[in-house]
Amino acid sequence: MIAQRSLGRPLKRSFGTGSVPGRAIAAAAKYWQLYAMLVLPLAFVILFNYCVYPNLRIAFMNYRPAKGWASDWVGMGTFAKVFKDKDFFRAFRNTLVFNIADIILQFPAPIILALMINELRAKAFKRVSQTILYLPHFLSSVIVASVAYTLFRPETGLVNVALTNAGFIAKGIPFLTEKWHWVITYLTINIWQQIGWGSIIYLAAMMGIDPTLYEAATVDGAGRFKRLRHVTLPGIRPTIVMLLIMRMGQLLGSGFERLNAFGNVNVREFQYQLSIYVYEKGLGPAGDFSRSAAVGLFQTLVGLVMVLLSDRAAKLLGEDGLV
Amino acid sequence: MTVSMGKRAGKPRRRMEQFSAADAAIMIIIVLLCLTCVLPFVHVIAKSLSSSAAVLSKRVFFWPEGFNWDAYTRVLNSSLMVSQLGFTAQITIAQTVLSLVVTALCAYPLSRRYLPGRFVITMIIMVTMYFSAGLIPTYLLYKDIGILNTVWALVLPGAFSAYNMLIMRTYFMTSIPDSLEESAIIDGASHFTVFARIWLPLSKPVFATLALWVAVARWNGYADAMYYTTKRTLQPIQYLLYNMILSARPSESLSGESQIGAALSAPEALQCAVIMFATVPILVIYPFLQKYFVKGVMLGAVKG
Repeated sequence: MIAQRSLGRPLKRSFGTGSVPGRAIAAAAKYWQLYAMLVLPLAFVILFNYCVYPNLRIAFMNYRPAKGWASDWVGMGTFAKVFKDKDFFRAFRNTLVFNIADIILQFPAPIILALMINELRAKAFKRVSQTILYLPHFLSSVIVASVAYTLFRPETGLVNVALTNAGFIAKGIPFLTEKWHWVITYLTINIWQQIGWGSIIYLAAMMGIDPTLYEAATVDGAGRFKRLRHVTLPGIRPTIVMLLIMRMGQLLGSGFERLNAFGNVNVREFQYQLSIYVYEKGLGPAGDFSRSAAVGLFQTLVGLVMVLLSDRAAKLLGEDGLV
Repeated sequence: MTVSMGKRAGKPRRRMEQFSAADAAIMIIIVLLCLTCVLPFVHVIAKSLSSSAAVLSKRVFFWPEGFNWDAYTRVLNSSLMVSQLGFTAQITIAQTVLSLVVTALCAYPLSRRYLPGRFVITMIIMVTMYFSAGLIPTYLLYKDIGILNTVWALVLPGAFSAYNMLIMRTYFMTSIPDSLEESAIIDGASHFTVFARIWLPLSKPVFATLALWVAVARWNGYADAMYYTTKRTLQPIQYLLYNMILSARPSESLSGESQIGAALSAPEALQCAVIMFATVPILVIYPFLQKYFVKGVMLGAVKG
């Protein structure tokens, strides 16, 4: 599989020594094949992750392309500049509001769908509908955005044409070309795209619920709704908590590809979010590497803190948490 | 629990309840939801096969009007489209194969409970899931190691993901009994042999799952091409499509990048044909791998 790189072969003699280095050598000799397998993957991790971390120092410098890594150190100066930046504030506000709206609206949607699918009894219907509902997850944001524009254009979009022909509206609704409409359309399409895929994990958790609990509940006179309320929901509760904690880590996340694909001039007010900010300030004409890197670092750190805080909160509330 | 089962214990488990209004409501909701997944694409297909005149006069709904293949032949006659479709297919295959190799090489040793140092190595890898350095530091690294504006920037970085590795590791640990390894080792097999002859053949579901995920992510992605490349020959199909829809949007100021889009821009029928070219490969592989990936998602839920 891999070049037979021997990590410990010449050292095989020292097998069985009691000291710590001795034991390490013994392990290396005994398991050198396993360690050798790890060489290539670790090379990937080191090169593409750990070698990037030192470059974060750029956030504390005033990077000038001409000077490169010899640019001046400015400490927290870049951050001070960023936090006074109007563009940053707008991007931050939009990102935060969209994520909160997304957690309130989108997070529960797959749970509700999973509960509905769980109640289906026609096997074939269940299978076919699941297959169809998972599909949108696999479509690229560009495809979803192009199809959305095809459907929602004010004059020629299918939805507007149909609504106009049916006499419900006189003029096309600017679903994607007016900022407030755009917010709703954008969030709804996100729910639509993720609802099926998101339900898989809850359905799996439901399959893990002990069937005798349902029997007992039935015998005790619980109807379908009561069983759902008192058996199914408590059964998937740890999964919900775990996914919610992980979702909190994305509180300042904003998918660049989606936002970018759905953007247009009329909706920039709300579409301008942190990922767009990072891209435009960093790789755009301005080319302010330091500022862009500082915002990226800020996003990551907020994410980390949010995961730790929500894990802590979950544990205080008596839940399992992440680990 | 058995106590409360009372005298009915032993009878069939759950009495089939009558098909109720609730059942009907659930089925209707799910059917409607499925329609929202299917109908948009029926519409796109219909438009792609219709004459421009029919599309412009808004007569096309779910069935082609003025049926013709012009849009598709125009796409296939565009050398840019064809070459970039081929390019996207190549990088997708390359990244998928590479990813499966690297992920398996990592997951197998880390799935062996007896391996000293396994915990530390796993932690080193998991850190990367929670701590990403962000766009600019990554851009600078690619510049330093010289993969900026090369195909490697699109293939290598996405080939290893800690999350996928954890899923494969969980599969290796939970779905294949360790006793198989013990007896093989006693018979004198090396770790390589055990991995290649026992673990790999038994791991089809997890390989299929991860292959689907990696391939779909690569086929669908365009941000990295936008970040790290400027050459037209390195643009994946999604990037071309992005430039096309960009040019068709209201009052968009055309930046330098979207000139290709403007050139292709777009009777709607043509746009729809490109959407189909970008979607069909996924629609083709999806049903074959679908039976596997549910299992993969479930593995993701198991905490390592």
